[in-house]
Amino acid sequence: MMPEEIFEPKIVGFLCQWCSYTGADLAGTSRMQYPPNISISRVMCSGRVDPTFVVKALAEGADGVLIAGCHPGDCHYNEGNYRALRRYPMLINLLDQYGIEKERVRLEWISASEGEKFAGVVEEMTANLKELGPLNWKGRSAEYCKTA
Amino acid sequence: MINLTVDGRKVEAQEGQTVLEAAKIAGIHIPTLCHHESLPPYGACRFCTVEIKQSGETKTTTSCTLPVGEGMEVATNTESVIQIRRMLAELMLARCGESEPIIKLAAELGVHKSRFPYPEVGKTLMVGKSDDCILCGMCVRLCDSVLKIGSLAFEGRGNRRKVTTPFHEPSEICKLCGSCESVCPTGTIYQRRITDQEPEEIPFEFEQGLIKRKPIYMLFPQAVPRVPVIDRETCMNFKTEGCKICEDNCEAQAIDHAMLEEIKKVKVGAIVIATGFDVFNAEEIPRYGHGRFPDVFTALEFERLSHASGPTGGKILKKDGTQPKSVAVIHCVGSRDVNHQVYCSQVCCMYSLKFAHLVKEKTGAEVYNFYIDMRATGKGYEEFYKRLLSEDTNFIRGKVAEVTTAAVSPKEEGKLVVVCEDTLLGMNRRIPVDMVILSVGIKAGKDAEKVARIFSLVFTADEFFREKHPKLAPVDTVNDGIFLAGACQSPKDIPASVAQGAAAGAGALKLIDKGSVVLEPITASINEDLCGGCKICVSNCPYSAVEYDLEKGVSVVIEELCKGCGTCVAGCPTGAAHQSHFEDIQIFSEIEGILR
Repeated sequence: MMPEEIFEPKIVGFLCQWCSYTGADLAGTSRMQYPPNISISRVMCSGRVDPTFVVKALAEGADGVLIAGCHPGDCHYNEGNYRALRRYPMLINLLDQYGIEKERVRLEWISASEGEKFAGVVEEMTANLKELGPLNWKGRSAEYCKTA
Repeated sequence: MINLTVDGRKVEAQEGQTVLEAAKIAGIHIPTLCHHESLPPYGACRFCTVEIKQSGETKTTTSCTLPVGEGMEVATNTESVIQIRRMLAELMLARCGESEPIIKLAAELGVHKSRFPYPEVGKTLMVGKSDDCILCGMCVRLCDSVLKIGSLAFEGRGNRRKVTTPFHEPSEICKLCGSCESVCPTGTIYQRRITDQEPEEIPFEFEQGLIKRKPIYMLFPQAVPRVPVIDRETCMNFKTEGCKICEDNCEAQAIDHAMLEEIKKVKVGAIVIATGFDVFNAEEIPRYGHGRFPDVFTALEFERLSHASGPTGGKILKKDGTQPKSVAVIHCVGSRDVNHQVYCSQVCCMYSLKFAHLVKEKTGAEVYNFYIDMRATGKGYEEFYKRLLSEDTNFIRGKVAEVTTAAVSPKEEGKLVVVCEDTLLGMNRRIPVDMVILSVGIKAGKDAEKVARIFSLVFTADEFFREKHPKLAPVDTVNDGIFLAGACQSPKDIPASVAQGAAAGAGALKLIDKGSVVLEPITASINEDLCGGCKICVSNCPYSAVEYDLEKGVSVVIEELCKGCGTCVAGCPTGAAHQSHFEDIQIFSEIEGILR
């Protein structure tokens, strides 16, 4: 008998170029171990993360999305991360209405020196998503269409 | 101009000047006890008496109160003048028999004993050992009219006259400036009897508080420009609007208390951040005894102690003034310590070796170095370490547990005992010494966070500023045109700081020389056909790079101001805003690629 396949969640990370991407880079250059489930897309600022990016990622098969930017007050563009902070609850609210668990989309402040934090966040998120199971966007939307 | 002669010398004096001042111009010394540059003449002590010949008349009078007159002939040293001064000295000696300045002055005039009996007067509030007050009123006048405090006054008349505070009570308004003590010609007045407030001494910051300073002082011996500064916190002028004695004394009239600090706005094209570092506070490790035991010094304190321009003139002395016979140098205080700073401060090994060498050279004392690892990595450093080893300096490898005065054997009595583990011998040791030097580490500046906010700099975990790239751009920052130099970026020694400073300067010059700036290729743009004119992008932009064009009813990006963060693009509800190199479609493709 084949052993049961372990679910490996797919995470898309939108990381700002100045803090979080550098932080992730630091985690790499420091040879820190973290799950390979995350794929990173570099953006100039967490403020550039259009909510549609998140929805697109989930629709394309991601099980979770990580948005990470500079700590409040440390934004390279002064206040881009504040915009991200404002958009995030609205997005979560919207996803909630579609029955998508809020744990799947996470906003984190990770500075350029916090490689360890980045590794920790990815680890935690992977564990959470494993517990939640696959998002199954297509299946869910089909079901949603039936009931609607 | 008024012409007169003083002791036969021709003097040109200004109208309104006194004979005493004219004599000073002529370089002739007239003894005084109650004269002060900042006070009007008072004529109390009578010591400045001179003989004046004018229009055929001869008279003796006090020179401090007499204005100069045309054709005056002043004699400061005639027999009758000296006779008067001797008599004054005798009278004062009778009253102030214990005052050293008076005894000295009398001795200069050949008076050693007084014929007059010591008068019986009740003890005043202020006097020290005996009533040595000569009632010159310097303290009263200075406190009242110059310092504008007025905590002292004369009381009584005739032989009951004395200097005191109102109702003989401790003064509440005394500002503890110490002017009365410093100006008293007989060294009598005692500030601590004027008030029950405790005077605060001002520690000299540059000398690490090893000595005290005045409110006006030279910042440090090699200060550039080499001019004194006034400390607003302690200067009396900023407390009472009085004093200004320094202004009266300054011949160049260079002191201006009304001067305010100015904030100047300067437009520049490049900035070099060289804000330096702070030193680890040794008192954070109380078991090493700094602040508790007088002979435990930090590295900077010892540096001043051993420096030729320092408080001891370069003599290595304990606080009691004796030379130490054994000295311990404790390395890595605060550095390489999981409880404080995990990183190596990089400079301490070498300066500790320097200290060990200096102690050995200047005092011949036994020197013990307590180290974790010896890191002599620079040019010529290992050779210096080898030299120290050959100079019979003791090196003990191990972390010091504590410095204590609790002796457990007779040879430890009265000594500082360094308790440590010797990891090479594999045993615990107790080493009694006379002096301990703590080699404190380097840490990020107290205001590093503030500086980082101003210049949008990024920190590393230990709060030093982060360079653009640790290997390829160690001088640049993520902000174009801002460069880092020195220990604000990481702990480093002088050669490394100089090198980085030069590199930062070259980086700045490169920009200036070019005369133009290359703009970021990543900028936002707005498609006028799609823009609905909602102005969300205008409010989103942190750089005011998006403007609303009233005529067209659309928003427009000013490309030169745009830094390319893309916040406006994400906020645009119609998809009119674009970010070059980070177009929505590009990111979508990226997402698709990631999740394929």
